[in-house]
Amino acid sequence: MTSERKFIVPIGPQHPALKEPGHFEFTVDGEIVTDASVRLGYVHRGIEKGAEERSYIQDLYLFERICGICSHVHATAFALGVERLAGVEAPLRAQAIRSLVAEMERIHSHMLWLGVAAHEGGFDTLFMYSWRDREIVMDLLEAFTGNRVNYSVNLLGGVKCDVNESLRDQILRGMDQLEKRIQHYLNVVTTDRTFLARTEGVGRMTREQADLFGAVGPTARASGVPRDVRVDAPYAYYSTVPVRLITDERGDLLARFVVRINELFEAIRVIREILDHLPEGELTARMPRRIPAGETISRVEAPRGELFYFVKSNGGEKPERVKVRTPSLCNWGSVMQVAVGHKLADMPMILAGIDPCFSCNDRMVQLKRKDSQQWMSWEDLRQYGIEYYKKVL
Amino acid sequence: MEQSLRSPWQEILEKVRVWARVNSPWAIHYNSGSCNGCDIEIVATLTPRYDLERFGVKLEGSPRHADVLICTGPVTRQSRDRLLRIYHQMPEPKFVVAVGSCGLSGGVFHGLYNIAGGIDEVLPVDVFIPGCPPRPEAIIYGLVQLLEGLRGREPSPEVKKMLQKTAKEERQ
Repeated sequence: MTSERKFIVPIGPQHPALKEPGHFEFTVDGEIVTDASVRLGYVHRGIEKGAEERSYIQDLYLFERICGICSHVHATAFALGVERLAGVEAPLRAQAIRSLVAEMERIHSHMLWLGVAAHEGGFDTLFMYSWRDREIVMDLLEAFTGNRVNYSVNLLGGVKCDVNESLRDQILRGMDQLEKRIQHYLNVVTTDRTFLARTEGVGRMTREQADLFGAVGPTARASGVPRDVRVDAPYAYYSTVPVRLITDERGDLLARFVVRINELFEAIRVIREILDHLPEGELTARMPRRIPAGETISRVEAPRGELFYFVKSNGGEKPERVKVRTPSLCNWGSVMQVAVGHKLADMPMILAGIDPCFSCNDRMVQLKRKDSQQWMSWEDLRQYGIEYYKKVL
Repeated sequence: MEQSLRSPWQEILEKVRVWARVNSPWAIHYNSGSCNGCDIEIVATLTPRYDLERFGVKLEGSPRHADVLICTGPVTRQSRDRLLRIYHQMPEPKFVVAVGSCGLSGGVFHGLYNIAGGIDEVLPVDVFIPGCPPRPEAIIYGLVQLLEGLRGREPSPEVKKMLQKTAKEERQ
């Protein structure tokens, strides 16, 4: 029996589940979700515009703060783009250190996600354990770079942190410890009956859907899409130390857990390999004082998927335009489609399944139509937004 | 304070209230435009290594149950109204803790077009915790300062010992 009237459950922007603001509206029929919509933009700060008013070096630190979880890859992507414009290549040792920190960051990000996703599933024990073990890699990152979050490893033309013998041993010891713990989590995730009941067959996305919605990163790889920038277009040190592509055909939440945990093993293997074959040499290459005019793109694989930067220089001190395309935004379309037909109680896990990161998401697109050259004040824009959403619903 | 508080019963009640509040403050967390770094450090503060819950702090989902509002990030124009709404929904007495450099002044985002400023331009803030992001120890210290401030005296010896112990463990 279907009811005449729609019942909408609003969630957010302040909500206990996710730590970042995002507003969701689920239309439900009884317990089953029949429609889902998301409203983003609470964390829109205007970074792309701000980047045009700051110098390249200031921008490096600004872009690092687009997202606190994957801060290193943002700075790497920007540095790679600017280096390509300047025609400079970072020394091999610097590239190796970039990859090393990127993989350590991937471990921290995936373990963070594992905990948060388990928390959404009501499995707080796993949340606490995985966050406890995450501190191992946080300590290593702190010993390495001096900060727990926002490492500021990158410079234009190289890196500023180096690995010495004792740090190398420390990292290797930490990796051994982590490997054991991660093996345990893999067992828990694939064998615990209560957990399987929440994940197996839930939020299934087929490979066709993943292609259609343009999903990226582990979310796409869990649906069998073989797409990873580290494999497809190796940057930094990934051409010397190749990464094994990890995919899963099942496409459900369980597959996303398995893919991310297996990526942890892969990250540990890559870290060991980089540390074993760390090339000697300089940490920075000399950058020209002015970045020559031109435009370029750079792609890197963030923990959540492909991160894309477009950098345009006009030969001045500041970039003329920087465009950022982050992985979380690409995955939202898929989650809103996949959510339909599931129970409301499964929503937190399906939302967390793509590892959403709102601070990456919230950017603005300006549509310029031919005839309407219209400017709105803030109040008008807000009112327009409210009425627009009323009409749509 | 109102006149009625002067009756002995009221004073005793008030003491009980303060005692209860200091021993189990419920916190609510809102990210009004931060980069996420402070948020994960706040969550890390609640997890086994740092374990903020030993001070009785519990992260609560609803503003109507919360005593302490933990804010991170600069305030974007979009989330400003939400932040105010959450603040108004909280029952009196309420306290605000601003975490992170951006919460203090806008930080690295200062001057961007969609930033309304630091948190203190929107709400009255009781405790500022600087850092980008602040370490979990700093967050614990800030919250303990708030709680001790509520009690109206310096941190007790046990609390000081606990803080020193955490710092020592961290150094090892």
